[in-house]
Amino acid sequence: MAAKKKTAAAVPVASQPAKRGAQTEKDKKTLQKIERLTLEALKTVEKKANPALEIRTRALSNVSFNEKKRIIELGDRAQSREFFNTAMARKFMQTFLIASKAKTLIEEDKTVSIRQMFYMSKHSLKGTSENTFEDQSESDPIIEDLEVAIDALREELHLFANRRGLVVGKLVVNDAGDQIDLSRMGRGGWGIPSICEEKDLKFVSTKADFILLVEKQAVFHRLNEDKFWEKHSCILMTTEGQAARGARRLVQRMHTELKLPIYVLVDNDPWGLYIYSVLKQGSINLAYESMRMAVPQVRFLGMSASDYKKFNLTSAVQIKLNKEDIARAEQMKAYPWFADKKWQKEINDLLKNGFKMEVDALLTKSISFITEEYIPKKLRDKDFLT
Amino acid sequence: MSKKPKKAAPAKKPAPAPAKKAAPPAKKAAPPPPAKKAAPAPAKKAAPPPPAKQAAPPPPAKKAAPAKDTGTDSSGAKPKSPPKAAKPEAARARTEKAPADAALAPPEVEVEASSGKPKPERRATAETMASRQREISVSEFFTKNRHLLGFDNPAKALLTTVKEAVDNSLDACEEAGILPEILVEIREVSEGRFRVVIEDNGPGIVKPQMPKIFAKLLYGSKFHRLKQSRGQQGIGISAAGLYGQLTTGKPVVITSKTGRGRPAFRIDLRIDTKRNQPDVVKEETVEWDKDHGTRVEIELVAAYRGGRTGVEAYLEQTVVANPHLGLTYQPPKGERVEYPRVSDELPREAQEIKPHPHGVELGMFLAMLNDSGKKTVKQVLTDDFSRVSPAIAEEICKIAKVSSKAKAADVHGDDVDRLHKALSQVKVMAPPASCVVPIGEALLIEGLKRRFKADFYVSTTRPPSVYRGNPFVIEVGLAYGGDLPVDEPADVMRFANRVPLQYQPKACAISESVYDTNWKAYEMQQPKGSLPVGPLAVVVHLASVWVPFTSEAKEAVAHYDELLRELKLGLQECGRKLAAHVRAKERAASEQKRMSIFQRYIPELADAMGFILGREKGKIEKSFYEALPNFVNLKPAGGSNEGEGGASEEGPPPPPSMPPPPGDSMPPPPPAPAAAPRKGKAAPAPAGKSKSKKGSAPSAQLSLEV
Repeated sequence: MAAKKKTAAAVPVASQPAKRGAQTEKDKKTLQKIERLTLEALKTVEKKANPALEIRTRALSNVSFNEKKRIIELGDRAQSREFFNTAMARKFMQTFLIASKAKTLIEEDKTVSIRQMFYMSKHSLKGTSENTFEDQSESDPIIEDLEVAIDALREELHLFANRRGLVVGKLVVNDAGDQIDLSRMGRGGWGIPSICEEKDLKFVSTKADFILLVEKQAVFHRLNEDKFWEKHSCILMTTEGQAARGARRLVQRMHTELKLPIYVLVDNDPWGLYIYSVLKQGSINLAYESMRMAVPQVRFLGMSASDYKKFNLTSAVQIKLNKEDIARAEQMKAYPWFADKKWQKEINDLLKNGFKMEVDALLTKSISFITEEYIPKKLRDKDFLT
Repeated sequence: MSKKPKKAAPAKKPAPAPAKKAAPPAKKAAPPPPAKKAAPAPAKKAAPPPPAKQAAPPPPAKKAAPAKDTGTDSSGAKPKSPPKAAKPEAARARTEKAPADAALAPPEVEVEASSGKPKPERRATAETMASRQREISVSEFFTKNRHLLGFDNPAKALLTTVKEAVDNSLDACEEAGILPEILVEIREVSEGRFRVVIEDNGPGIVKPQMPKIFAKLLYGSKFHRLKQSRGQQGIGISAAGLYGQLTTGKPVVITSKTGRGRPAFRIDLRIDTKRNQPDVVKEETVEWDKDHGTRVEIELVAAYRGGRTGVEAYLEQTVVANPHLGLTYQPPKGERVEYPRVSDELPREAQEIKPHPHGVELGMFLAMLNDSGKKTVKQVLTDDFSRVSPAIAEEICKIAKVSSKAKAADVHGDDVDRLHKALSQVKVMAPPASCVVPIGEALLIEGLKRRFKADFYVSTTRPPSVYRGNPFVIEVGLAYGGDLPVDEPADVMRFANRVPLQYQPKACAISESVYDTNWKAYEMQQPKGSLPVGPLAVVVHLASVWVPFTSEAKEAVAHYDELLRELKLGLQECGRKLAAHVRAKERAASEQKRMSIFQRYIPELADAMGFILGREKGKIEKSFYEALPNFVNLKPAGGSNEGEGGASEEGPPPPPSMPPPPGDSMPPPPPAPAAAPRKGKAAPAPAGKSKSKKGSAPSAQLSLEV
């Protein structure tokens, strides 16, 4: 790892014997943050008061759309998590348990998945059948809580989520010291690591003109098999559904470091729109990371409700909107980041159509219609929204 | 009470009169206080139940059969037996306090009824019928209608026998000022045959009275006076003896001694059912180590049962309502049970009172007039009624348009009716409450403790109230928690003048009040319209000079509005205390639970924080434990017995009269329904007024916790 080379003078952290070794500046900072949080709580208890953690609320009610930066930002509203409160005591304990395990990870310079973190922290409470964590759904939110409580990223806690997403195309990267040419990834593509920070992943060179991001793995496969990226000189990636942190971070880094335009191709339904929206301005749950992940400039290539007529599609592509779809669409119409007229029209068109369309449905035309006609025409016509 | 006048009535009237004369009182008798029963009454009335008996005196002639049938059908009872059919009729009559009438009246009515029917053919002449008409002895009547007195089946017979004897013993002891010590022994002599022995330390019975008391029905000291007591009619114990005699042929054996140095007599008695006369079979003087007391032995065909309606339940409950009773019980099988007394305090002696103008029945009023000697109407009113001043007497006479100076015995016919009506119309102070003796709050709790090992006891003695001129007091006691079963419906015990009511809970105003109480508001579970479920026992005691039973068997209390209201208030008062207790307990439990949560997480948390800060875990843990008391309220949980204030007293000292309303005369209770049509003006309004007053009247209370 790159970090290891810097070793040199490992400053002994207050509590630990110096022998541990190598931590980056960032790691040291993270450790300090954890220690500060803990010390504060302890001091409060020593005054016989109720120790509390301030955890910013991660909910729609506490996010706002920054018109200037065009990203979703987390508000200041925070929930106070107290120990001497029966509803919160367990979570309070859990937060520090995760923090102590994160400290171990940082000190030992190891990275584990959030599932592994769950197992690291899970054990039964002395004398009871109660576990510190009963299942992962309990530990995941605590990890996010800790992230916002000490203002550290998941990566900085040496944690990662399951990786998701694939990439191929005209790009060479260096990942943890290995040079990888993404144009030689065969049919499968390269799995996007869950952590895509500069420390581990570096861009070596690129000949791409743009990036095409598709929602679905099957569409990715179709385009890869047709060598779309070769013909159009681009980078092709898929998020395989809603974009994971790794994929989003990669998109942002490619955009800022490679200065390439990004086109997004998702299904023509509210969920597709929302995938685009998350890439564009961030998600509600991870609003505190929008700055590092959102790309406001990302372009919505399709599918648009208007494609039905534009491409003379048959009724075979139609899937009737269900109640949920309609409700979700109405919800999205109300999001401030979709307030723009063109977006209102796009959503209204979808509702007016009364049906949704999958990208896969373009195969009603022909197998490679998407590669040979649909995308090229859209790109040519600059037929996209931002 | 009304037995005398009615007997008198037919005697005085000449031949044509009976029809007319008999009608009004009979009508009165039909729809008596329990208004619920009033509706079907007239129909039943038309078909007198005892015709069968009347029509077929010695041999059941063929003709008798159809008669029987019509009798049963039209009275709506199960077509089972004539006695059954007779029950509702006589039961209603009983509320009129004149069971004897039921036996005596039928002949006349019968004649009427049969002659009233269209008959194609004349089967009997007045003369031939007259030859068959004769007096029926009371004993004979009950021989055939023994279910009326609680001897319907062998199990109930056993209970009734014990009950009547114990009730008598208790009444006698209390009247004599002796702390009762009673022995109850039941032996199974042979299959289905039991010998019941009840022995008390009462004043004893003088020898000449012994036969009459135990072997003559309708003989006693309690019938002719208005005074709170357990027994009322003087039927019970002799009926038990009669039942024994009927089923086993064995005489009743009485032993009694009236004082130290005096001889103890033992008498074997039979009842001559034809003549209602005792028949002394054997008589001897015996040695008895007791100073005084009475021992009754009755052998009877019976069945021994447990459960709600068993003898054991009766005794257990009696012990609750009579903390001053020391009881020893030897069941047919198993160990002898001892209930030592828990109070050396005898209940205050109930005062005898004169009838209240609002509660007097027409029949009784007639008798009072007839027996008044040379007194004027005014004198009768002021002397023989409670709360009637000369001014009020004048007012009554004025309303009735009867001269106050008229000789009372000469007042007849409509004048009597009008006078009686006027009695219920005038405003009269409520009767003195001194005639009602409650158990008392503290003693009720002592009683509950004899039976239940609970965590919490609470009781309430309501201030005296009045229905139809009869003062009464409602008492409620609750026991909660402890050994009481958690998942079962509450144990409800009903008492009337300290006597447990074990049958007919569904028909009883007391149980109805318990059902109707919203126990959910008091932290109990309660399936809709049912008893509360939980570790709860409910005791309700009604003390009154005259307890309005729904039937002669004295099994259920009738639904009077005034009673229901007091019952409700009493239950609510106790319920609120109970709720406070339960909530306090829950709070304590929840605090305990809260603390355990913190305690569970502190070591884990201290571990994590210690690791992060590189400090000793123990020290951090200690800091947390030191802060803990600031966040958990761990005051001793039990200390919340709010009602303890009145622990020393036993209920409110009985006021000399009813809780005084602003004026010096109390708004009269609604007149008796029997009092014929009345102007609806006077009654309802004051009733409402007194209600609100009583609702807010404070009543001493207390709750105890162990």
